[in-house]
Amino acid sequence: MADIMTQNDPNSADIVMGDVARLEDVLSRASAASLCKSFFALFGLPVRVLSQDGELVAEARRDRSLCNYLDTLTEGRRRCSQTLEEARGIQPEGASIVHPCFSGAVYRIVPLFHQQRAIGRFIVGPYVPFDASSPPESLRSVESIDAGAASTHFNDMPRAREDVAEQICAHLKEVLELLVFSGHRAQLASTMHVASMRESYRELTEKNDALTESNEELKQVDKLKSTFLATVSHELRSPLTSIIGYTEMLQSGAIGTLGDEQSQILKTVHGKADELLTLISSLLDLGQLESRTLDLQHEVVDPRALLSGIGSTVVPSANRRNIGLDIRVAADTPKIWGDPIRLRQIILNLADNALKFTHQGGQVELGAAPARVDLGGPAGVGSALFTGNRPAVALHVRDTGMGIAEDKLSRIFEAFYQVDGGTTRVHGGAGLGLSIVKQLVDAHGGTIDVTSKPGEGTLFTVTLPAADHDA
Amino acid sequence: MRLDLAARELTLKLVYYGPALSGKTTNLRAVQRLTSAGTSGRLMTFEMRNERTLFFDMMPITVPVGNGFNVRLKLFSVPGQLMHEPTRRLALEAADGIAFIATSRRSEASTNRESFLRLHRNLRHNGVDPARMPMVVQFNKRDLEDIHSDEELETIGTRSREPIYKAVATRGHGVMQTLHGLIRRTWSKLEEEHHLEDRLGISPSSSMQAVESKLGNQREWRTS
Repeated sequence: MADIMTQNDPNSADIVMGDVARLEDVLSRASAASLCKSFFALFGLPVRVLSQDGELVAEARRDRSLCNYLDTLTEGRRRCSQTLEEARGIQPEGASIVHPCFSGAVYRIVPLFHQQRAIGRFIVGPYVPFDASSPPESLRSVESIDAGAASTHFNDMPRAREDVAEQICAHLKEVLELLVFSGHRAQLASTMHVASMRESYRELTEKNDALTESNEELKQVDKLKSTFLATVSHELRSPLTSIIGYTEMLQSGAIGTLGDEQSQILKTVHGKADELLTLISSLLDLGQLESRTLDLQHEVVDPRALLSGIGSTVVPSANRRNIGLDIRVAADTPKIWGDPIRLRQIILNLADNALKFTHQGGQVELGAAPARVDLGGPAGVGSALFTGNRPAVALHVRDTGMGIAEDKLSRIFEAFYQVDGGTTRVHGGAGLGLSIVKQLVDAHGGTIDVTSKPGEGTLFTVTLPAADHDA
Repeated sequence: MRLDLAARELTLKLVYYGPALSGKTTNLRAVQRLTSAGTSGRLMTFEMRNERTLFFDMMPITVPVGNGFNVRLKLFSVPGQLMHEPTRRLALEAADGIAFIATSRRSEASTNRESFLRLHRNLRHNGVDPARMPMVVQFNKRDLEDIHSDEELETIGTRSREPIYKAVATRGHGVMQTLHGLIRRTWSKLEEEHHLEDRLGISPSSSMQAVESKLGNQREWRTS
């Protein structure tokens, strides 16, 4: 038979079958006690509620004088406890059972059912049936009993008509069974709630694990991509260098004199090859930055020298387009701790962009000022642990160009992103510049911020750690 | 199935499953109304204010099936709303048979299908092969407009592995047929697996007779 028996623990009163194991699990003792108390106060009949295995769950009674008197007699005491024990041991299967006491009183035992199963019972009594006029022979014959006292105490017992007793017991049964039902319902609701929460949690954990795994895979793919990019860029650059070299040889006339048209074509070839080389160099940078293999040569860099160097590089193109170029370096600006070549690349890129997107007659400003950078830590939380900041330099490039719409600002540092496809055709570039700038700044442990208003201009601020000592 | 040899009691769990608002709880209420007095226990519901089932509904039915044995049928219904998927899986655990309550409306056809696929997923998740689960399908709400016609259901019935029942649960039509059909299928699977007749002396045919006479009131749903 073992294979038919359920695999679940039958004692668990589990949610699977929605069964109850014991009365005590679903009937609140306090509620049962209050109910017994009010029953006793209303009808004067003692009442005890027992679980299926006979444990007392609640009761309300007062010792009657007859019982107290019998307790003083040896035989009376013995027979009293025997009767009570019998009454408590009776398990009615359907209807209630009236169990007589030798004293002439009776106990009424009523079964309690829940979900069509016996779950316990209650005992009402002892009480004397309404029509019993005098103590029975079984009481009077108790050894050394005083007939007068017995009669007085007998008349003092609570009385009830059997049909009335049956009615009020039926009512109490109904109320107790309802209490059990509600208790069971509440118990099921809470277990079910917890079980559902646990199941949801398990489901979420599973999904989370799957996401973490796919995230790991994506990271691997990303790393592969970076390596691929670096390799390909490198392999592309070598033949291109030869093309440029041979083109320059032809242009120099070392191989033979060229006609005007030939010179013109070679100039175009050279220009395009240069463009291609720049693009490949950018790709190589990006690849190295993403795979974190770019070496930075840190040294102390003077921001004033850095900015004026860049100024002299871009001034011809500013002049050509009638764009004003300003350089403002605050007097107390500290020196920067960084790689001078890469810093130049960062600012030059931003300055080129500024000029590219500023209309004729506009203004571009390069500047530097002292700043502080936080040492890190979550904003506002545990600030006691993360206080402190260190000196930094804020370099900025401001233009009065076309600006960038707010919803595009968060994406401009992504590789190959162009604010709109049209700008590529008008202004050139592969959309790699800002991505490289951002990664270079990150590699320096700095930050880059951008604020912009379409039609009014854009301000890029690059904050970099200052050198520890001004050199 | 749970067998208590000491109490000579066999408990079967029958689950009413289906999309939201298809009438699962209404089926249980109708069963309670239509069974002879004292046969079914109190219906325990966990409903929210809008009468949507929160955890499940549960109602016991006890039927003596001979040889001193009682069969307790524990009827459960699951919540239909999508958000209660984990609860549905829990309520489905240890089910011996399933009544799938579908809505007859054409517009609900895809909702029925979606719910049925979820049932399959949930069973598999609980380690149960859906193909081995005793199941019946009830097309409820036959009194609404825009429903699959009787002819259509007949065609569906000839193709379907599960027996099909038509019902208007609010009026109690077809509800007992569905339950009887479900018990019959569940019982024959249990007999096949556990040989109850040999081992316990409970024969399938006399048990079914006992169940059907005890559960009584066979108001079949007829359109004509």
